[in-house]
Amino acid sequence: MTATSTTTPAERPRLTWDRVRRAVDTLTTPLLPDDYLNLVNPLWTTRELRGRIEEVVPETEDAATLIIRPGWGWRFDHHPGQYAGIGVQVEGRWQWRSYSISSAPQQRGRTIAITVRAMPEGFISSHLVGGLTPGTIVRLALPDGDFVLPDPPPAKLLFLVGGSGVTPVMAMLRTLDRRGSLPDAVLHYSSPTEERMIFKEEIERLAASHDRLTVHRLYTDTEGMLELADLDHLCPDWRERETYACGPGPMLDAITEHFEAAGIEDRLHLERFSIALGGDGGEGGSITFRNTGKTVESDGATTVLEAGEQAGVGMPFGCRMGICHTCTLTLVSGSVRDLRNGEEFNQPNEPVQTCVTTAVGDCTLDI
Amino acid sequence: MAISDVQEYMHLTDDEIEQLGRELDAIRAEVEESRGAADAAYINRLIRIQRGLAVAGRLTLMLGTQSRKTRVPAVLAGTTFLGLHKILENMEIGHNVMHGQWDWMNDPEIHSSNWEWDTAQPAEQWKHSHNYVHHQFTNVLGYDNDIGYGILRMAREQTWSPYNLGQPVYNQLLSTFFEWGVALHDLDIERIRQGEKDPKEMKRQLKQIFRKGRRQILKDYVVYPALAGKQWKTVLKANATSNIMRNLWSYVIIFCGHFPDGAMHFTEEEIEDETRAEWYLRQILGAANFKGGPLLHIMSGNLGFQIEHHLYPDLPSNRYAEISVRVQELCEKYDIPYTTGPLHQQYGQALRTIIKLSVPNSWTSSDKPEPPTPTRDRRRRSDEERPARIQQLGVWSRRTSKEHQAS
Repeated sequence: MTATSTTTPAERPRLTWDRVRRAVDTLTTPLLPDDYLNLVNPLWTTRELRGRIEEVVPETEDAATLIIRPGWGWRFDHHPGQYAGIGVQVEGRWQWRSYSISSAPQQRGRTIAITVRAMPEGFISSHLVGGLTPGTIVRLALPDGDFVLPDPPPAKLLFLVGGSGVTPVMAMLRTLDRRGSLPDAVLHYSSPTEERMIFKEEIERLAASHDRLTVHRLYTDTEGMLELADLDHLCPDWRERETYACGPGPMLDAITEHFEAAGIEDRLHLERFSIALGGDGGEGGSITFRNTGKTVESDGATTVLEAGEQAGVGMPFGCRMGICHTCTLTLVSGSVRDLRNGEEFNQPNEPVQTCVTTAVGDCTLDI
Repeated sequence: MAISDVQEYMHLTDDEIEQLGRELDAIRAEVEESRGAADAAYINRLIRIQRGLAVAGRLTLMLGTQSRKTRVPAVLAGTTFLGLHKILENMEIGHNVMHGQWDWMNDPEIHSSNWEWDTAQPAEQWKHSHNYVHHQFTNVLGYDNDIGYGILRMAREQTWSPYNLGQPVYNQLLSTFFEWGVALHDLDIERIRQGEKDPKEMKRQLKQIFRKGRRQILKDYVVYPALAGKQWKTVLKANATSNIMRNLWSYVIIFCGHFPDGAMHFTEEEIEDETRAEWYLRQILGAANFKGGPLLHIMSGNLGFQIEHHLYPDLPSNRYAEISVRVQELCEKYDIPYTTGPLHQQYGQALRTIIKLSVPNSWTSSDKPEPPTPTRDRRRRSDEERPARIQQLGVWSRRTSKEHQAS
């Protein structure tokens, strides 16, 4: 599922390889050794992280799990619940999406799994579910996100899940299962129909082998949506539980309201399908793209990325929600504001994420 | 004659020239629409070949020179591989990537914003001197620093001075050390000489050039020779030869772009209130193509399609051949001259101009289709003095792919 982030960029690993690379690039300048090595094996590069599709496992009619073998530079120590960026080349163009990692973190892992549901009209998600064959090389962005379980886990847990929102929760359940540390947990899982319920058998198996795991299934096409008032009898002690909710936006809005009404919103952890750029924008200004020589007037609600695209500048972009850092450009002068948290960037030659920032007065970017 | 109004020069009516502009826009839109997997495969394949040549060249020279038996063939083959790698990297890959021709792929590894090419000039300076100054002000006297690069007198409208008597020699030096001539190009030595250059900017640029130049020199003239041990001298010479190969070749190709007789010059009056359609027309009149097979075009970065490149600097170069057919049809329809010829003829004309213009105008006759306008001292302009970029020209305009983003 798609996810949101407010965290800072993950640091690239600083292994010895970095030092070797710096020494060897005297031979490969202006390129990096990686640029040659990835011609031998596409996974041998840390410049843009890559992965190879090892297997595509159909989960339901419209969802599949991609087993991906990441290349150099990947770290397997993600926290259960985090997401990773995945880029695929469609018609020659790299397109990025972020999906929760559904596999449990492994110290000496070799693959990761993400589970994707093909959304109607979702060109990329459909391509991921139906268009990838084993052997395809994809691009990856390191795991990120703060929708994670603490270690050790809270004593009492409640998972409220809708549709493909099950994927980060599955990573949590698998981790708890593997570590043998599954606490008293209730999983409420809504799916349109039984056929479209992702991980149905695996969850059944988990419930059968763990007495402390209670699973409620709700088929919303026939039984209707979850009424949050019903929580009182479905899970009478819900107010005492750390709650992890993931699913469609309206569902999460309703849950947030319900928890706020009960005054326990600090017990609620959310993962959204898509980002809501609700923060205060900048006051706008004219944005100059130095190398292309274009200037565009932009208001405080238009991101620098959108402004550049409107001006016809070939802006790089990835997830368009501040996760993957593909869109990062150098801010030569001026100031921009991060729509997610209001943070301002105004250092000369500071790298900024164009997809989540707006202009605060006039500014110049190096593209 | 330097042209001061392209529309009047071509005897085109307002309607005709606007129609021409629309038809050229339509070609751009069609090509942008049809960019896809095959184009991406083309540039990726080419990059693989070029990097393969680099590795093959370095290894052949390093290992093949160790034994006396293989030395001569190793030097011949290794130098050739290395030279071809440098030519491909600079011409069909680096130049075109930095124009943003492949930005649509959204691949940070093949993107104009961070591509650094395998030559002494820092990419950032190239993007200013070439993508901006040259492509925006193509062949406008005093505005386009590529008319002779501040070293040669290439237009009769440029004033003659005794310095120009040495042109054949400067030309020889420029071609041999072309990489370094290009490296210094954005400094604009003419403006430095006249004390008009901002010293702070100059220092920054020099530092950039020094840093990049040092790495290039270190690689070709220190590290790789050192790795060859006793054969260091052989490898050093081979590396130097490959650099000169690349220098001579890129010099010839670039001189064929705007210096053959058919390529016209323009006065500053032309760029006042120039419309998009007039800008297109200036690009056609100011550039010259050369003919050849597909291999020649790839080795020259598709700059044999200089006219098409100037009309659409940011469309993928592998499409110029098909675009050229349509541009020629338009030129025929509107009776616009379309300058082309075999490579040797185009370069021969450029060379003739270099030699002829080393002496005062009155000693020689012009080979341009029109007589020259009277010579006038045209001081070189700084960026501040150049007219602000006209937004609608859209030299770098690219369709955004909003249609894909929704998915």
